[in-house]
Amino acid sequence: MATAEEVAKAAERRDIRDRWLLSAPALLVIFLAATGPLLIVLVYSFLTPGSYGDVKWQFSPEAWIAVFLERDIFDDTLSVAAAHVTIFLRSIKLSVVTTIATLVLGFPTAYFMATRSEKTRDLWLFLITIPFWTNLLIRTFAVLQIIRNEGIVNTILLKLGIISSPIQILYTDTAILIGMAYVYLPLMVLPIYASMEKLDFRLVEAGYDLYATRFKVLRKIIFPLVKPGVIAGSILVFIPALGAYVTPSVLGGGKNMMLSNLIELQFGQGRNWPLGSALSIAVMIIVMVALLAYVRNAGKSGVRHG
Amino acid sequence: MPDKPDRNAIEVVKVSKIFGSGEGQVAALDTVSVSIRENEFFTLLGPSGCGKTTLLRLIAGFDFPTAGEILLYGQDIAPLPPFKRPVNTVFQSYALFPHMTVAENIGFGLEMLGKPKAEIKARVDAMLKLVKMEALSARRTSQISGGQQQRVALARALAPQPKVLLLDEPLSALDYKLRKEMQIELKRLQHETGITFIFVTHDQEEALTMSDRIAVMSSGKILQVGSPRDIYDRPSERFVADFIGESNFLKAEVVGVSAGRATVKLSSGTEIPASLPEGLVPKGKVTIVVRPEHAQLSAASPSASLSGTVENIVYLGTDTHFHLRLADGEPFIVRRQNSRGTGDGIVQGGKVGIVIGGDAAQVLKD
Repeated sequence: MATAEEVAKAAERRDIRDRWLLSAPALLVIFLAATGPLLIVLVYSFLTPGSYGDVKWQFSPEAWIAVFLERDIFDDTLSVAAAHVTIFLRSIKLSVVTTIATLVLGFPTAYFMATRSEKTRDLWLFLITIPFWTNLLIRTFAVLQIIRNEGIVNTILLKLGIISSPIQILYTDTAILIGMAYVYLPLMVLPIYASMEKLDFRLVEAGYDLYATRFKVLRKIIFPLVKPGVIAGSILVFIPALGAYVTPSVLGGGKNMMLSNLIELQFGQGRNWPLGSALSIAVMIIVMVALLAYVRNAGKSGVRHG
Repeated sequence: MPDKPDRNAIEVVKVSKIFGSGEGQVAALDTVSVSIRENEFFTLLGPSGCGKTTLLRLIAGFDFPTAGEILLYGQDIAPLPPFKRPVNTVFQSYALFPHMTVAENIGFGLEMLGKPKAEIKARVDAMLKLVKMEALSARRTSQISGGQQQRVALARALAPQPKVLLLDEPLSALDYKLRKEMQIELKRLQHETGITFIFVTHDQEEALTMSDRIAVMSSGKILQVGSPRDIYDRPSERFVADFIGESNFLKAEVVGVSAGRATVKLSSGTEIPASLPEGLVPKGKVTIVVRPEHAQLSAASPSASLSGTVENIVYLGTDTHFHLRLADGEPFIVRRQNSRGTGDGIVQGGKVGIVIGGDAAQVLKD
C-alpha cells in the first residue's frame, strides 16, 4: 500500500510531466523562431567572413574588435572606428529624442482620451489605431511627401512668403526624428491611455480639494499613478526606434544611417556577416542595459498600486 | 456644545444647477437657499438623486452653479476653483492617494499650502492622534482596513484646518457596527475641532443621531430645515414625514385656526387639535400626520378619536406594533413600548379605540 504522501508525490510528478508535454509545442516554436536564430547570430559573430558573404568556420575575434575599432590596413594599428561610433551615438540620440517627443505628444493625448465619455473614448482609440492598418513603408513615404523640398510644408511656407528658399528637412536627422515620432506615437499613447483609463479621477478632485493647483495635481497625483504606462510606452518606443530600419533609410537617404542600416550593410554590400552579427548583439546589449537602468531608476521613486 | 454664535459659515442663496442642455437638461438644484451656522453639524438628507451631493459639490467647488451665490463668511466663493477654497471634503470613496503612505496623505493639503516641514510633521502627528492612527502612519493606504481608511480620509480633510468640512456619505461603505462607532466618532471630532460640518446622507437614522440641524431635500429642493426633533415631530410636508420614520396619514377637515394651531375634524367626526407648519394657514381638506408612538390604544372608546380593527400584532421585544384598519378603510399603526406582564386584552380581530393626544397631530402643507 502506498502512503498518502507517496500518492501525493506521484500526482505532483504526473502534473509536472503533463505541463511540460502540453507546453512543448509552444516551447519548440519559441526555440526555433527566437532563441535558435539568436544563438546562430551569436556564433557567427565569432567566425571569419567568407569571400562572398556567408561565414568560414574558423574562430576569429576580429568582428567584435571591428564593432568599435578600426584596423589600419597598412600597419595593423587599431584606432577608434569613428563611423561606427557616430552611428551608434546618432541612433541612441535619435531614439531618446523620439521617446521624449512621443511622450510629450502622447501624454496629453492619452489624458484627453481618458477624460472623454465612455462612448467617444472608443472612437478616439479607433482613430489612434488607424495608422497601423497601413504599411509602414507607405506611411514613411507619406511623411517624405510632406517634408521634402517641394512638399506641402515648404510649398505653403514659400507661398506665404515666410521663407525664400525651401528648408532642407529631408535627408537630415530631423527628418528621421519626425518620421519616427509619427510612426511610434501610438505605441506611446496606448499604454499611457491604458493606465490613465484606470486612474480614479476622484483622486484628482481630492487633490484639487487639498489645495493642489492643476500643475501640482498633474505632477503629484496623475503622473505617479500613470507611471507604469509611461514606462511601458517609453520601452515600446525606444526599442523599435533603436532598431528602426525603414524610416532612416527612406528619410535619412542612406547618408544618415542608423544601426539597422549599418547592420544591413554588413550582410549586404559589406559581405561581413560576422561584423553584422556582432553589431546586432551589441545593439541588443545596449537595449538591455538601457532598459535595466531605466526600469531601476523609474522604480526607485516607488510606484505601487493598491 | 457651548452657546453657538449665530454667525453663518455658509450661505447658499438661490442656487440652481442645471446639467446638460436642450431636451436632456436636468435641474439638479432648483433655486435652493439655506444658511449653515458656524460650528454646526448640518446634514443634507434625502434619497439618491435629490441634489444633496450636487449642493455639496458646489460648495466644494467641483461644479459651478448655473445661478445663485454661495457665501463663505460673507464672501462669494462660487467662482473660485476648489484649491482656492478653505473648505475640505471627505469623499464617499475616501479617494486616498494609493501612492502615498497614511502620513503623506494626511500631510498633502498642508504641503500644497506650502507650510514648513516641521509644522506639517507636528500637524500630521496631531491628526494621527486625533483619529487614533499613530501606529499605522507609515502604511500604504491599501494596507489598512475600510474603517481605518475612513479615519485617514477624515484626518486628511481636517489637517489643513478648513473653515467648513464637507462629508459626502462617508459612512455608507462601512458595516453596521463600524458605522455606529464612526457616528459617535464624527460627533466627537466635530466637537473637538469646532469646525462646521456639512454632512450628506440618505440614512435618516444617521441624520437624526448626529445632526444639530437637518435639511430634508427632494427633487432639487430643500423641503424643511430644522433640528432632528423638529423634523421628526413637526414634519411640514408629506415627503418629509414619509422619508423620516413611520407615519400615519389621515384625511381631515379644518374647522378652526387660532394662534398657530388648528382644530381639525377627522373622518370619524371627532375634532382634535393639530399643530401647523410655520406660515401655513390651512383651509378645507388637509392631511394630518400622526407618528405611531404618539397615538395610544384604549380598549373602551369613549375618549378615543378614532376606532379600528386590529389586523396584526407584531411583537418586537422593546415594543409592539399594532396594525389597525380604520372604519373608513385606511391603515393605522400604533407603536407601544412593552413593559413586563402587559396583557390588556387587545387581540387580533378585536375592535379598539385610538387616542390621539393634544400634541400628536401635525397638519401637512400638501
